Amino acid sequence: MKRFFGNLNFSVGFALSAVVIIAAGISLIWTPFDANKMSAVERLQGPSWSHPLGTDQYGRDTLSRVMTGAVNSIIVGLVTVAIGLSIGIVMGLAASYYGRFVDEAVMRFSDLLFGFPAVLTAILITSTLGPSMINAMLAIGIFYIPVFARLTRAVAITVYEREFITAARAGGVSELGIMWRHVLPNILSPLLIQGTIQFAVAILAEAGLSYLGLGTQPPAASWGRMLNEAQTFMSRAPWMAVFPGLAIAWAVLGINLLGDGLRDTLDPKMVRAR
Amino acid sequence: MPDTPLIQVTDLVKHFPLGGGVLAKPHGWVKAVEGVSFAVFRGENFGLVGESGCGKTTLGRLIMRLIKPTSGRVMFDGRDIFSLPKSEMMLLRRRMQIIFQDPYSSLDPRMKVESIVGEPLRAIGGLSRGERRSRVATLLEKVGLHAADLDKYPHEFSGGQRQRIGVARALCVNPDLIVADEPVSALDVSIRAQVLNLLIDLQEELNLSYVFISHDLGVVEHICDRIAVMYLGSIIELANTERFSRSPRHPYTEALLKAVPFPDPHRKKEPAVMEGDVPNPIDPPPGCTFHPRCAYAFDRCRLEKPPLIKIVSNHSVACWLNAGSGIEGGIQ
Repeated sequence: MKRFFGNLNFSVGFALSAVVIIAAGISLIWTPFDANKMSAVERLQGPSWSHPLGTDQYGRDTLSRVMTGAVNSIIVGLVTVAIGLSIGIVMGLAASYYGRFVDEAVMRFSDLLFGFPAVLTAILITSTLGPSMINAMLAIGIFYIPVFARLTRAVAITVYEREFITAARAGGVSELGIMWRHVLPNILSPLLIQGTIQFAVAILAEAGLSYLGLGTQPPAASWGRMLNEAQTFMSRAPWMAVFPGLAIAWAVLGINLLGDGLRDTLDPKMVRAR
Repeated sequence: MPDTPLIQVTDLVKHFPLGGGVLAKPHGWVKAVEGVSFAVFRGENFGLVGESGCGKTTLGRLIMRLIKPTSGRVMFDGRDIFSLPKSEMMLLRRRMQIIFQDPYSSLDPRMKVESIVGEPLRAIGGLSRGERRSRVATLLEKVGLHAADLDKYPHEFSGGQRQRIGVARALCVNPDLIVADEPVSALDVSIRAQVLNLLIDLQEELNLSYVFISHDLGVVEHICDRIAVMYLGSIIELANTERFSRSPRHPYTEALLKAVPFPDPHRKKEPAVMEGDVPNPIDPPPGCTFHPRCAYAFDRCRLEKPPLIKIVSNHSVACWLNAGSGIEGGIQ
């Protein structure tokens, strides 16, 4: 632990991320106002004692909505990274173990996914399946598969060349057992680091999709959605855009710093996969 | 020595493809092992020496069925290990184990000593975790470590200690045969003798057989009963240790023995019988593979590859110089 907190990136990133997680946690139990409660009288109010971050065009409290939006962002980050990691690890391990045809197939599939611009792919998926938060997560998650597959393959190939793998084979351990007990633990730290980075990217991507109206649907609170609604009122009520925007920047910066800190402490030799 | 060999290797060949891929054909073959035959008996210490790249490590891995041969057979206790189904091979693995050269890369850095040493036991199954733990603790004591080391990670040990962990892992299933692939060459000279003596003591105690792979003739002469010299994938001389040191018959063996450092400053340095480097195993020379470096080479050497011929009992050599004195047809 001391090793991690001795790293400035990690400490700052941890503190920033903790604020987001705590805000999200609190919002599950309590928010200053109901995040979706409209109030015609309190429309478009600037920051004040009762509404520290102001209100939107329906009189909803921006602070409450930013807090609820944090939950949304965390869910998006977790689900997309989970999709990418679970499928990517399986594909990457298969590529590194079988080599040849399987390896070629996995790598060319990755190239194919990388070949499409990410946002375009996401728009394609969400407009085919219909705009919703779940479909947005699916779109981002699918795009993450090759990221993790390539990283897994690259690191696993070097692990497979180490002698303790041969030793395990000589000891009669099955190939699946070798993957589970030797390869996986030895590739975990670069995957964890990449996971945190992709977590931050997912928050940005979801905000982007929601901004385009393809992600989270109203009235649910999402940072990207809030920015979308704010643009019409930019000149009259700039706080509507500023605070969700700040929240995105805060969370993404925090998680990225956390990831950099993890990389510095866990794996100084690691080269960024992308 | 009993008559049935523990390991009988017959005409073993291993070629590795060079380059190539899913669509492309390999553009050459590395001839790592070229038709090797020998036998190892129970309780015997069989030494395999040669320069780097002569195929001795490949041969060790073939004996363990860690890689598949291009052709040839390895019989372990009368059973062909390459035709055994996987499940039966798993059972056979408890009778043959391997010690690796590099004590750093051969231990998983993310595993505790208990898991590393007990892994073959775990793979076999049948023992509870507690039983495994106590067996591993006994083994650690046996190789000169302590039961308190069970919960440590490999990075907490020195090179010599790590190699002892590797020895304990090999012993854990009570094998009959241990392939020791350069077990001491990565260690400091001061630690070497300790580990070698440990291996000798264990052999006496447990009636083990070793296939001892090394490039260090001094070490091999010290611990082995019989010695085979490999050159470019083939065995060129095979003899018991006494005959080997006293009357080597192959010019290459002679050169190797002369190259062994001797702790006597007044001893006269004899001129080298050999020059040049080991030829490329992708494109070995025709005839005897040693002829470009051999001081005694004559025409026949450049055309025909000499077979390994028994010249007296317990001594075979693959060299045309000995063609006349051979007992025909005998491969030891």
